[in-house]
Amino acid sequence: MEQNTTTHTAHENYDPISSKLGMWLFIFTELLLFGALFIVYSVYRYRNPVAFHLAHHELSITIGFINTVILLISSATVAMSITAMQKGDKKATLIFLAITLLLATIFLINKYFEWGAKIHHGIYPGSEFLLSLSHGDILFFGLYFFMTGLHAIHIIVGMVLLTIVFFRVRNGRINPDRYSFLENGGLYWHLVDLIWIFLFPLFYLIH
Amino acid sequence: MSELKPHISSYGSHLFVLACLITLTGITVAITSVQLGAFNTTAAMMIASTKAAIVLIYFMHLKFDDKIFRFMVTLVLAIYAIVIVITFFDYLYR
Repeated sequence: MEQNTTTHTAHENYDPISSKLGMWLFIFTELLLFGALFIVYSVYRYRNPVAFHLAHHELSITIGFINTVILLISSATVAMSITAMQKGDKKATLIFLAITLLLATIFLINKYFEWGAKIHHGIYPGSEFLLSLSHGDILFFGLYFFMTGLHAIHIIVGMVLLTIVFFRVRNGRINPDRYSFLENGGLYWHLVDLIWIFLFPLFYLIH
Repeated sequence: MSELKPHISSYGSHLFVLACLITLTGITVAITSVQLGAFNTTAAMMIASTKAAIVLIYFMHLKFDDKIFRFMVTLVLAIYAIVIVITFFDYLYR
């Protein structure tokens, strides 16, 4: 490893710890964004317990469970791509990143069918059918579409980010001496997973 | 902040963590399919928090990173917890 006296060579402007600090600060803003939504959800559920309980039967636990497992696996593959990078195994890094992107795509396809079925049944924000239901139902589905939708946007952003990571690893800009971008991309992906961990029981598993 | 040798988590440890997370997800689904009254939600949230902690500590590498990261995450979560408590006091005793 380099000594303090001769740092002005290849790593002049490279400071992985500061980069990571910046990434974490950004993640905190994301956590508080979703955190506020979770509080809104809890208050409305506390005020409309029966409607929330009945409305959640519209959601498929199976699809929710499958999507949870998909996201958990994709989180693990991102973590493993970092391990591969640290070991200097470029090929494995790329394979793990590709698997992650594939899993993210499957997640979104499931989401598409899930939302599609709801919309087909006339349940979407502002629909005539939904507006004819009780106040609690409207709140439940409003929050459902908004929170899972915002989460899906995060999935798409994460996929764009990981695609950039993929190409940078391939052309060597991210390498075992300089992989902070990969690590921070991974942190973002874990954040997406973290949020889903709470969305799943709150929307699909109400009792 | 000497990061001369960054900690490298093995593939096996990641797979083990993943297995734990999937098991916990299965347990949540199983628990909520049984009628336990208010305990259902409590249990589901406790398991979700455990899963979140596992993701933070192992996947997000807090266990092996500089202490400053752990400190910051704890601080943010503490602030968030305070906001939740205050909100609910407001709604319960209004």
